[in-house]
Amino acid sequence: MSTKHDNSKYYVPDQSIWPIVGALALGLIAFGAAHYTIEWSNQEAGFGHWVLLAGLVVLTIMLVGWFGDQIRESRAGLYNAQLGRSYRQGMLWFIFSEVMFFLAFFGALFYARMIAVPWLGGAGNNEMTNQVLWPTFEAIWPLVTTPDGTETQAMGWLGLPLINTIILVISSVTLHFAHVGLEEGNRRKLKVWLVGTIALGLIFLSLQAYEYVIAYRDLGLTLQSGIYGNTFFLLTGFHGLHVTLGAILLIVMAFRVFAGHFDKDNQFAFAASAWYWHFVDVVWICLFVFVYIL
Amino acid sequence: MSTVVADSHDAHDEHHDHKPTGIKRWLFTTNHKDIGTLYLWFSFAMFLLGGSMALVIRMELFQPGMQVVDPHFFNQMTTMHGVIMVFGAVMPAFTGLANWMIPLMIGAPDMALPRMNNWSFWILPFAFLILLSSMFMPGGGPAFGWTFYAPLSTTYSTDSTALFVFAMHIMGMSSIMGAINVIVTIMNMRAPGMTYMKMPLFVWTWFITAFLLIAVMPVLAGVVTMVLTDKYFGTSFFDAAGGGDPVLFQHLFWFFGHPEVYIMILPSFGIISAIIPAFARKPLFGYASMVYATASIAGLSFLVWAHHMFTTGMPTFASLFFMYMTMLIAVPTGVKVFNWVTTMWKGAMTFETPMLFALAFVVLFTIGGLSGIMLAITPVDYQYHDTYFVVAHFHYVLVSGAVFSIMAAAYYWLPKWSGVMYDEFLAKLHFWCSLVSVNILFFPMHFVGLAGMPRRYPDYALQFADINAIVSVGGFLFGFSQLIFLWVVIKAARKQGVPAPAKPWEGAEGLEWEVPSPAPYHTFDTPPKVS
Amino acid sequence: MKARLTSLLAGITALVSTPALMASESQINMTRGATDISNRVYELHMLVFYICLVIGLIVFAVMFWSILRHRKARGVTPAKFHDNLALEITWTVVPFLILIGMAVPATITLIKMDDTSDSDLTVLVTGSQWRWHYAYHDYDVEFQSNLATPRGQIYGRLPRGENYLLEVDRPLVIPTGKKVRFLITSDDVIHSWWVPAFAVKKDANPGYINEAWTRVNEPGIYRGVCAELCGQGHAFMPVVVIAKEPAEFEEWIRGEEQRLADQRAEEERLLGMSMSKDELMQMGENVYLTQCAACHQPNGRGIPGVFPSVVGQGLAVGDLDAHIDIIVHGSSGTAMQAYRNQLSMREIAAVITYQRNAWGNDTGDVVQAADIHNFIQGNR
Ligand code: HEA
Ligand code: HEA
Ligand code: HEC
Ligand code: CUA
Ligand SMILES: [Cu+2]
Repeated sequence: MSTKHDNSKYYVPDQSIWPIVGALALGLIAFGAAHYTIEWSNQEAGFGHWVLLAGLVVLTIMLVGWFGDQIRESRAGLYNAQLGRSYRQGMLWFIFSEVMFFLAFFGALFYARMIAVPWLGGAGNNEMTNQVLWPTFEAIWPLVTTPDGTETQAMGWLGLPLINTIILVISSVTLHFAHVGLEEGNRRKLKVWLVGTIALGLIFLSLQAYEYVIAYRDLGLTLQSGIYGNTFFLLTGFHGLHVTLGAILLIVMAFRVFAGHFDKDNQFAFAASAWYWHFVDVVWICLFVFVYIL
Repeated sequence: MSTVVADSHDAHDEHHDHKPTGIKRWLFTTNHKDIGTLYLWFSFAMFLLGGSMALVIRMELFQPGMQVVDPHFFNQMTTMHGVIMVFGAVMPAFTGLANWMIPLMIGAPDMALPRMNNWSFWILPFAFLILLSSMFMPGGGPAFGWTFYAPLSTTYSTDSTALFVFAMHIMGMSSIMGAINVIVTIMNMRAPGMTYMKMPLFVWTWFITAFLLIAVMPVLAGVVTMVLTDKYFGTSFFDAAGGGDPVLFQHLFWFFGHPEVYIMILPSFGIISAIIPAFARKPLFGYASMVYATASIAGLSFLVWAHHMFTTGMPTFASLFFMYMTMLIAVPTGVKVFNWVTTMWKGAMTFETPMLFALAFVVLFTIGGLSGIMLAITPVDYQYHDTYFVVAHFHYVLVSGAVFSIMAAAYYWLPKWSGVMYDEFLAKLHFWCSLVSVNILFFPMHFVGLAGMPRRYPDYALQFADINAIVSVGGFLFGFSQLIFLWVVIKAARKQGVPAPAKPWEGAEGLEWEVPSPAPYHTFDTPPKVS
Repeated sequence: MKARLTSLLAGITALVSTPALMASESQINMTRGATDISNRVYELHMLVFYICLVIGLIVFAVMFWSILRHRKARGVTPAKFHDNLALEITWTVVPFLILIGMAVPATITLIKMDDTSDSDLTVLVTGSQWRWHYAYHDYDVEFQSNLATPRGQIYGRLPRGENYLLEVDRPLVIPTGKKVRFLITSDDVIHSWWVPAFAVKKDANPGYINEAWTRVNEPGIYRGVCAELCGQGHAFMPVVVIAKEPAEFEEWIRGEEQRLADQRAEEERLLGMSMSKDELMQMGENVYLTQCAACHQPNGRGIPGVFPSVVGQGLAVGDLDAHIDIIVHGSSGTAMQAYRNQLSMREIAAVITYQRNAWGNDTGDVVQAADIHNFIQGNR
């Protein structure tokens, strides 16, 4: 254990309204999203979307309020090194939990590819599955013809996906430069590379959206096109959501940088956003390999 | 383990000595003791609610035939009972204990991330309100078992399934945040000298549990998401027609689900490892091996998930692999049991209520564990699977295991929380009533299970009638015995009782007994030194 | 001391021997069953049970010994020891060896159970909400098997019979002494086909086929159940298997082939003929109660949000073709399955007539088998 023991200075905040506001926000979001989903699928009118919207508004208020408090406390020098470590470790374990979330979807992809689809095609102890239930089905991956005959086309890896990979990898590097700028106390370097990173992130997102357009319009690859489309859209979709979140974090960081926040010793929020960005980048590389290339 | 050399707590400075009052204290609190209390009360409420649902089940099963509820409602009761007990009663109870005790045990001023702590708690009431509200939707609530196997939970479920899914999502967020908080607190907030191998076992077991939580709750989030998209958005993860597989659901669910059952037992191990030495007045036998055993159980728990799926038609080699791995878990668990028994050996035991519950735990948990080993034997599991034999197994480990340990913990630490000794007479009454009725309730389930009664049945063949009647009687006795517990706790919470000294148990060890009872609102503002 | 020990031993023997009393066919233990495999499984079960029992008794004996002897009330002073490597190693290694002792016979049995090769007869078993469907592979025989216990018994209006909830209208028949392979699958949700006497329990996964097998030694009636939660009717889809001597089986199945062929010919013949409305209503009610009432309920009102009501609204009083269509082809992605291969055209016609005229749905429509035939041929 480290030698620096300063419990006495460990900042234990007094009461705060933000957590329960956050809980309310999540409650509204969950309740609203669920009702909205039900109403949407039954094609009936309802209140779901309003509750969802209210939840998002409350969530935004909560985030602004909570982080506002924290920024104030941090700049008032209430935090010590130990608290900094707590935040860092908290962030790292949060990222670990995100890794496990993606693992569930990668697991589904591997299972479908290596087990379910071959079995439907008669592999292993499943000859009868193929003969009796799906006699015309052939197991190939990407699964362009599902057992019930839905057809689609696969998304190649050359072109957009490759460009996107390059963009995202570069953005990790540029973000690193920005971080180096922060460490060196070179604000100009920090600002330039940070803004550059955000720009790259936004380009990535636009291209990703365009790729979806191509998938739906030209390839007939949709959320309903069987397990290939399912894993494709959910993996890239959740990744896209995470990029969006990462980009928002970086944009907030940019505002704070321009407002003169952060220095070599006081940069948790910046570092955390950067880790998040690198994590999202690593996920993409796995995606690129397992979803697109292989 | 650890003794305090120089401790300088209680040096209350400035605003720290009085606690906020009124409802705001509970809504906005960042204090680990308040949050712990909230968790514990919430869990107790959920226990009574989930228990009442179990009583509906037992009422219907009292005799053959459909009398009280219809099959659809029965399935909702089974599902809600399972979900509420697992996610609403047992897990929050452990988190409550962690909140109260971990900072006290490691000499920290609070949890590492106090505001997030409050957030984790307050998500839960919302999550359960949403879950319960689904029962009032047209068609009723979830009726697919707590395991929500697809496609029963997708194509064939009621409209309200989305409420179940989103409630699970936010419940999971709460657990993950709680777990991160525990990990960070333990890694970062220990008092000087409190090295890892000096931490009380409760802290150790929770540390490992927290890792299990952040590893598997996200997988649960992933799988409920797939259920949502399969049901409402036309994906086919679990539908062969689109190239998916219903069994994929089970792999994902049990990859979460098996570690989940250890999440519900490892903290118990920690509690029992605190209580037995205290009342045997003898140090815990094999501290280090206890730590390693806990870690091995956690590690192995990721490699055994498919023992819930032996009948799904896995290839033989997969069944064999999962059978061997499952059996292996008996080894580290055995180490724990043997260590407890050896701790008692040549001790000087007394039998206050916490100890009684702990002793009952050791016996009854072992019975449940041994039936677990029987279930692990694949060819025989073909006969046990989805019968009341399984129901008996898991209630032995969950009710007379996890829940008993929680009650032991409550009695053990109530003096520290409330400042008064609980009513020992009522507590003993509670213990003996519970002990007898829990066995009337769950032991005969082994027999009907072996004789072939399937689980999740609202109605059954006539040869099971007698035993089911006995079981139902046991259920009601056990349920009503818990009202004694409620009474004891309320009495203590209202400070009716003999004031408790800082250390009410002669043989108890650990930092928590160095602070006065009740523990002051803020403790260890200045860290104690541990040697 | 000595006395105590003997009484302890006596206690243990008493406990150990009780389970032996529960031998097979008991109401509190697993059945020995009717096949070699089920006997092996039973023996494996007892073996593991005794091992666990002994382990439990040893652990509890030591524990209760300390509870009795090492209590403060007896004025003992607690010992101080808290570690012993040799002990720890022993109680790691010994359980490990015991486990190997259980794993070996388990592995051998499992490999035997999973080997479905070289079978003499193959039956396709399909679960659906909430009945089983059997199709013999090398014969032209297939049929449904529905719960035969009347609702009155379930709801306590009639006295319950001996085989309450364990009886079906048409049991599966298999030959004794032959290796019968089951191909198990499902039309909708997951079911699980379980006959305890064969030690066969296999999940019926929609879209996949699982295999299991049995070789029954003695002729007899063997009863089983659905063992995977499959919705409201989960408790109401039993399995009944009759094992007959091969010669008798052969006779039965030829007769069955003949009967089914006759039935089909009759069906063809009747296509041209009309039934009276009363006849249709009569037959329709029967079909409705066995096939449809589990979901749409005997009073036709369904369960709101789960199964639609067919009273006074919707297709049952609406467009006739759409009504025929949903019964013939089902509604994909819902629990409403296609009945084209489950029911004869007469039965479909009857149940539609029934739905359109029962419970105050007085549409007056009368549907004949020929209408269904024309609908399927696309002539309507
Ligand atoms: C707290 C929760 C908990 C715990 C601790 C356990 C512990 C174990 N469980 Fe259990 N289990 C559940 C909760 C739990 N289980 C639940 C909820 C289900 C049902 C889920 C559902 O379907 O709804 C279930 C179902 C379940 C199944 C699936 C049954 C089926 O559906 O067919 C299996 C199969 O292998 C199993 C095995 C085990 C084993 C081997 C252990 C081991 O960890 C036990 C180890 C302990 C001991 C063995 C005793 C002490 C050891 C000794 C004294 C040493 C010497 C012993 C030997 C050498 C044998 N469990
Ligand atoms: C920790 C978890 C836990 C706990 C504590 C319990 C506790 C109990 N459980 Fe169960 N149970 C599960 C976890 C748990 N259970 C799970 C996971 C399942 C599987 C679900 C599934 O198949 O999907 C299950 C399934 C299950 C079944 C099988 C249902 C089926 O297959 O259809 C049964 C049947 O008897 C049962 C019974 C009981 C009983 C009688 C209790 C008793 O211990 C309850 C004690 C009763 C009380 C505590 C009630 C006290 C309240 C009052 C007396 C009223 C006062 C009211 C107020 C003040 C509001 N449980
Ligand atoms: C396992 C449950 C189940 C069984 C058995 C069942 N149905 Fe249905 N039925 C449904 C469901 C679910 C729907 C709703 C389908 C939809 O939403 O498209 C439905 C819809 C219908 C409808 C259309 C109702 C409307 O107005 O939209 C009719 C008519 C119908 N069923 C008749 C029958 C008949 C006749 C039988 C028996 C031969 C039968 N059903 C058996 C579940 C079932
Ligand atoms: Cu079919 Cu349960
Ligand atoms: Cu398990």
